[in-house]
Amino acid sequence: MSNIPETGRTPRVQIRLVVIQILVFSLLLTLGGRLWYLQIRNGKEYTDEAKNNHVQQVVRPAVRGSILDARGVPLADNETRLVVSASRTELMKIKDKGKDVLTRLAGVLEMKPEDVINKIRLCDSQTPKPCWNGSPYQPIPVTDEATTQQALTIREASEDFPGITAEPAAVRRYPAPGKARTSQVLGYLSPVTDTEIEKAKDGDSPFLRSDQVGRSGIERTYDKELRGKAGVTRYEVDNLGRVMGQTESDPGVAGSTLVTSIDARVQAVAEYELNQAMKTVRGETDKITNRKYEADSGAVVVMETKTGRIVAMASQPDYDPNAWVGGISAKDYAALTSKNSNYPLLNRAIQGQAAAGSIFKVVSASAAVRAGHDFNDKYNCSSSYSLGNRSFANFESQGHGPITLGEALKFSCNTVFYALGHQEWQRDGGIKPKKGANDWFYRTARDFGLGSETGIDLPNEVKGRIPDRQWKQNFWAANKDAWCKQGKKGGTYVQQIAYESCLEGNQLKAYDSINFAIGQGDVLVTPIQMATAYSAISNGGTLFNPTVGKAVISPDGKSVREIKPTAHGKLPVGAETIRDLDKGLRSVVEPGGTAAWRFGGWPQDKIPLRAKTGTAQVYGKQTTSWLATYSDDFTIVMTISQGGTGSGASGPAVRNIYDALYGLDDAGNQDLKRALLPAPQKALPKVNADGTIDAPDITAYDPKSQLVEPTENAGPPPLAGPPPGKRD
Amino acid sequence: MTTRTSFSVSRYAPERGPLAKLTARDSLLRRLDWPMLLSALALSFIGSLLVWSATRNRTELNQGDPYYFLFRHVLNTGIGVALMIGTIWLGHRTLRGAVPILYTLSIVLILAVLTPLGATINGAHAWIVVGGGFSLQPSEFVKITIILVMAMLLAAKVDAGDQIHPDHRTVAKALTLAALPMGIVMLMPDLGSVMVMAVIVLGVLLASGASNRWVLGLIGAGIGGAVLVTALGMLDEYQINRFAAFANPDLDPAGVGYNTNQARIAIGSGGLLGAGLFKGSQTTGQFVPEQQTDFVFTVAGEELGFVGAGLILLLLGVVLWRACRIARETTELYGTVVAAGIIAWFAFQSFENIGMTLGIMPVAGLPLPFVSYGGSSMFAVWVAIGLLQSIRVQRPMTA
Repeated sequence: MSNIPETGRTPRVQIRLVVIQILVFSLLLTLGGRLWYLQIRNGKEYTDEAKNNHVQQVVRPAVRGSILDARGVPLADNETRLVVSASRTELMKIKDKGKDVLTRLAGVLEMKPEDVINKIRLCDSQTPKPCWNGSPYQPIPVTDEATTQQALTIREASEDFPGITAEPAAVRRYPAPGKARTSQVLGYLSPVTDTEIEKAKDGDSPFLRSDQVGRSGIERTYDKELRGKAGVTRYEVDNLGRVMGQTESDPGVAGSTLVTSIDARVQAVAEYELNQAMKTVRGETDKITNRKYEADSGAVVVMETKTGRIVAMASQPDYDPNAWVGGISAKDYAALTSKNSNYPLLNRAIQGQAAAGSIFKVVSASAAVRAGHDFNDKYNCSSSYSLGNRSFANFESQGHGPITLGEALKFSCNTVFYALGHQEWQRDGGIKPKKGANDWFYRTARDFGLGSETGIDLPNEVKGRIPDRQWKQNFWAANKDAWCKQGKKGGTYVQQIAYESCLEGNQLKAYDSINFAIGQGDVLVTPIQMATAYSAISNGGTLFNPTVGKAVISPDGKSVREIKPTAHGKLPVGAETIRDLDKGLRSVVEPGGTAAWRFGGWPQDKIPLRAKTGTAQVYGKQTTSWLATYSDDFTIVMTISQGGTGSGASGPAVRNIYDALYGLDDAGNQDLKRALLPAPQKALPKVNADGTIDAPDITAYDPKSQLVEPTENAGPPPLAGPPPGKRD
Repeated sequence: MTTRTSFSVSRYAPERGPLAKLTARDSLLRRLDWPMLLSALALSFIGSLLVWSATRNRTELNQGDPYYFLFRHVLNTGIGVALMIGTIWLGHRTLRGAVPILYTLSIVLILAVLTPLGATINGAHAWIVVGGGFSLQPSEFVKITIILVMAMLLAAKVDAGDQIHPDHRTVAKALTLAALPMGIVMLMPDLGSVMVMAVIVLGVLLASGASNRWVLGLIGAGIGGAVLVTALGMLDEYQINRFAAFANPDLDPAGVGYNTNQARIAIGSGGLLGAGLFKGSQTTGQFVPEQQTDFVFTVAGEELGFVGAGLILLLLGVVLWRACRIARETTELYGTVVAAGIIAWFAFQSFENIGMTLGIMPVAGLPLPFVSYGGSSMFAVWVAIGLLQSIRVQRPMTA
């Protein structure tokens, strides 16, 4: 065939035919290019859009895991409530859009029909609440407080109630076993917010609109583990929302069980005793202010010395965590966050900070040793220490003559530490520090873990404060303007202080270091920091990260992930110094020691106890009471704000907690049958395959159990009677 | 040299059996344009699968029978192929003689649509319900009529050797004859079909060799007409909305932008290989309206992916390529003009149809040739294939 037949057509037509052909193929190429652009280049985007178009999810929320104490007693679990829900998709299929059914349902539930109808309408910008803000394919809860009778009525006449279900559903509950509320440690839940949903959308643990999220305490720290994974069934729907088929079904996983190291019984004792100690001290008059002690807040920590695990942690004021269940009322919320209630949501064991007072002296003694002083040398415990024209007195201005550092701990002698602190400050160059100043006292405080978080597995722990040179400088820079404005030479006390601060507030003064040596002044510590430090002295020097969570157990009980104790440091002193410190602290409980009068009859030979009392002064307030103690296995630190002296306010309470742990009575007789926890709980509770737990029974703490019965009151006499002055 | 008719060759050949006659080198069957024919058949076959997929669970349309539309599409294709064979058998020259009758018939039919006999579908009063579930869309046949009537007028004097190019009077006469049915279709209003007809007229004019002034004038008139129609508010609201939605695809995605938006999601989600036949969620979920007719390409895009949708483009390309060859190689201007008209028709209608599903053209109710469900369109395009084949087999043999 020849290519160009004899057509006799003009070139004009031939050219135009070619033009037509080019045009035609340009159009086809355009289509091809556009097709490539949509399908290959942007295909992913449209695939996602198509998915959103036609897949609807129905979500069955996972049951939140329980929180157990060390023996398996539930601190937080779920109770079953009867929830009546309405399925919109079913109701919309009925001619009158389910109005008739809902009216009938309202009758059964003794609600107003319009209330029921309003509850299941979908939220949009024009719809006022109540309305349903979740997926329209989700059964919408009408009430979660249906009675068994109402549920049965609905179920038996199911043909009268198409689309209505009455099913039991799990609701969070904090049972407070043995009256152990454990409020701030457990934390609370509240519904997830839009921002959180958006933020977690692409993560490995996305939220559902119906989710409750842990907001504080271990509910928050272990939220992911406890929450589990909701069951999701995806339905394919057509353009009218009719279900065409079920594409995939994810059965979901119930939340894991969290075993804590809390012992509910010890927790109950700790809570009771803290509260009791505060109540008692409120009845006493403070000799300095001549007012009754305020005892506005307090905290106690019971920790395993060798692991850092928390056995009990109480903070006063506290609250009932059940207030949060099912949505907290505005009134309750206002009460929990107001100044009048003194912020019960705060966990003062990790969020309360105060000057440490004399319990800080273990740090100072260690600092002295690091600076080259011998622990067992003799240091003069004079009745007061002079600095220029100022005089720093010992407690009740009592002198003890030349004593070792151990004895300085025993008597809580301030002047020994004043002198050491002052001496080191001078060696470092005083207000003009040498290059490479040792700052042993400040450095040692940091090395004891003060001034930074302990790393406890509870949210929002505070750091405390070590007022070293750098801090002074920063603090002055931030405040000098205000100080300079307020300050007035020769004005009131406050004005005078401001005036001096304005001029020289950036300098670490001699009296700063003197105050610091006995844990006074600007230093701030938390109870958990002190418990960690004293545990370290007890265990030979390891600073553990305190933990509340002990193990995460899968819902079927098969997989157990233990949360192993971890450490964040070592004490900065050698084993010998630690032994010296231990001996010194031991003598505090023994005759002549500052805590001895509170531990009369204590079986020190069988259960050696160490202690350090502390009374920290706070400008404009009553003194903060501190008591840091430990046995071989447990550390107990208690503090009461505006509570007076350490031994005075906290002594009996701390002793009662030890008595309960070891099964002692007031006379020091041990009855192991009554002992709640003579040694730390090692074994984990067993979670059965069906998710149930064999929890031991628990009886509420009876404070009278430690009273010595009159006939038996023939034990050894108290080692020391009430001392002339309760010195700390 | 060969004779000018296809049937005369055998007269000089030795006696042959019927089979031998059909398979002989110079036989009608051998001389058909098979690539075009097979491509058109393949398009109709793919179309039947797509129509099936789009309708098998549209119970409100298929009267409970998932094969209802599949069966009808295959039947329509069969009728279409039969019409093609008839057209080849008659030959385009024979039809030239019948053009006045066909033209009159077309006018009567489209006028009938405007009477109560007509039915309104999707805002266009363009159908005549025949009964038995069948309805006729005469504007589809008008396209052929316009091609034939214009080709007859424009080529007559040139083919007779009287003129090199058609003169102004002839062109004016041809345009007037084309304008009459176009005006009536405009009244339906079936704007999409009018647009196609305008492009057909343009193609026909170009191929006829009419003076550049006519061609440019026609393009100018088209633009002017469009402006006038808009300015005078002759468009219905739905037509304006379609253009608005085209200009801004995100406009009211639940309303006027819904079609284009859903169509693009369907095609875009197909990816390279598609979801697989019957497995497209947009299609089974019936998110795309008019999916068996105007939006049939979305089924291909979603379920057969870039490969399947690209194949449809390729097959259309083959049909158009062969048609262009036929237009170029035939000896008479009449054949060339007819072929060019058909090329303009197929190319523009395919571009508009696929382009609107891809969001590069505004929505207009036009079927995709061979693929879309719809009897009238199917018959018309197969008749057109018959015309092209007839032009090919009657062109001089060069072997």
